[in-house]
Amino acid sequence: MTLSLRAGETVAMIGANGAGKSTLLRTIAGLHSPSSGSILIDGVEITGLPAHRRVAAGIAMVPEGRRLFPSLSLEENLNIGSTRGRRGNWDMAKVFALFPWMAERRRPVNYLSGGEQQAVAIGRALMANPRILLIDEMSLGLSPVVVRKLYDVLPALLATGTTILLVEQDVTQALRVSDWAHCLLEGRITLSGRPRDLAPAEVEAAYFGLAKSTAAGRG
Amino acid sequence: MVWVNAIVQGILLGGLYALFACGLSLMFGVMRVVNLAHGDFAVLAAYLALVVITGLHVPVLWSALVIAPLFGAFGYLVQRFIIQRSLDVSPLTTLLVTFGLSIVIQNSLLELASANSQSLPSGSLASASFQVNGQLSIAYESVIVFVVAVVVLVGLQVFLSRARLGRQVRAAADDQEAATIVGVNVRHVYGVAAAIAFATVALAGVAFGMYSSFDPAAGPQRLIFAFEAVVIGGVGSLWGTLAGGIILGVAQVLGAQVDSSFGVLAGHLVFLVVLALRPNGLIPARIS
Repeated sequence: MTLSLRAGETVAMIGANGAGKSTLLRTIAGLHSPSSGSILIDGVEITGLPAHRRVAAGIAMVPEGRRLFPSLSLEENLNIGSTRGRRGNWDMAKVFALFPWMAERRRPVNYLSGGEQQAVAIGRALMANPRILLIDEMSLGLSPVVVRKLYDVLPALLATGTTILLVEQDVTQALRVSDWAHCLLEGRITLSGRPRDLAPAEVEAAYFGLAKSTAAGRG
Repeated sequence: MVWVNAIVQGILLGGLYALFACGLSLMFGVMRVVNLAHGDFAVLAAYLALVVITGLHVPVLWSALVIAPLFGAFGYLVQRFIIQRSLDVSPLTTLLVTFGLSIVIQNSLLELASANSQSLPSGSLASASFQVNGQLSIAYESVIVFVVAVVVLVGLQVFLSRARLGRQVRAAADDQEAATIVGVNVRHVYGVAAAIAFATVALAGVAFGMYSSFDPAAGPQRLIFAFEAVVIGGVGSLWGTLAGGIILGVAQVLGAQVDSSFGVLAGHLVFLVVLALRPNGLIPARIS
């Protein structure tokens, strides 16, 4: 498969369990090495870079399940995001401005609600000033209201020129916020398009792999 | 008064156990590595101190200042080139590899230094003590070791909670993969943790050498004391390790007061009681 991202766009990868969405994100982040193929940013190859150095190249990830550090305070959890980050717009004050409740929280991150933890994971990734933000299954285990609130902060991120690649099982949510959507099935893109151009039946067919022949032509 | 004396001596001995155990605790807490060669590295440090003392004609305390940084660098390399490779295979492999290191060290020492037992010449320090009252006298040597132990543990705690690198160590201990994606070079951080552990084990090895004689096979016996101190205190907690070391030291000296052959056994018994009643140790770590 080939996937190109343009600066300032939100791209959604949708697909059923086991379609390879998370594997794709983890490969871009450097947690898996691809058996073949390459990953480039602005024409510069990063395929061989270890994951921790890809952060300096402009890739940050909000991992599935949030993966905060329980023995670090909320502030430390954010701060550690800037370990190898690039210079840029985002700093602690900006993250606090995005999520005002964070400034007062002194509880261990374990005791935060799922939605709050997800926000901290987003803030941690932003501290690296990424050019490409990878978001893996943001809605997992969260109530629809909380998910909607979290997705509503995305425009603020795009305003700084960050590109967002998100993986989401909640198709409606993904299509609502993205500029471009790809449907992934068994490691292949079966349908691509702007969300407004995609008919629900078409998405459903691609999602479940019912109509590969018609969908493949549009990819 | 005899008992007060025993308790004071026990506390001071406990400082040495804590100093010795904190490296074991750190390597387990951060990398989940149980270093079975921990005691042998301490013995190796004592032999190295012997070489430095006789070669450079420096007092024993100065030799520790030379050997600790040397061992730190050595630890970084051992972690990056030996232990990390076994970690990449499986956690169980690290047990085999550190066990192998233990055998290699013991036999190399046997080959190079013979099986004769040695001790570090601590000169005038060995017998110097101050009299608190008629029955209670405290050796300077054991006070120095205790103070070094407390300074090392406090310093380590401050490093872990305040320093940028210390924060990375905690993050890597919590979640290796998540640490990687926020930009932490986990292998380097593991190396740093091993360097600290090895520097402290070198200090403990030299201190052991001042206290008592050692031979190439002395490591595993000492390792048991470190394990006991760590388990009594609570795995992964530095304050727990200090408390565990002191409890073990007091138990041993009190036991020896009852009967001179009962000391080590008393330590084991306290360890077993704690293990049975509080399997997580007296001060469980914040992270479980």
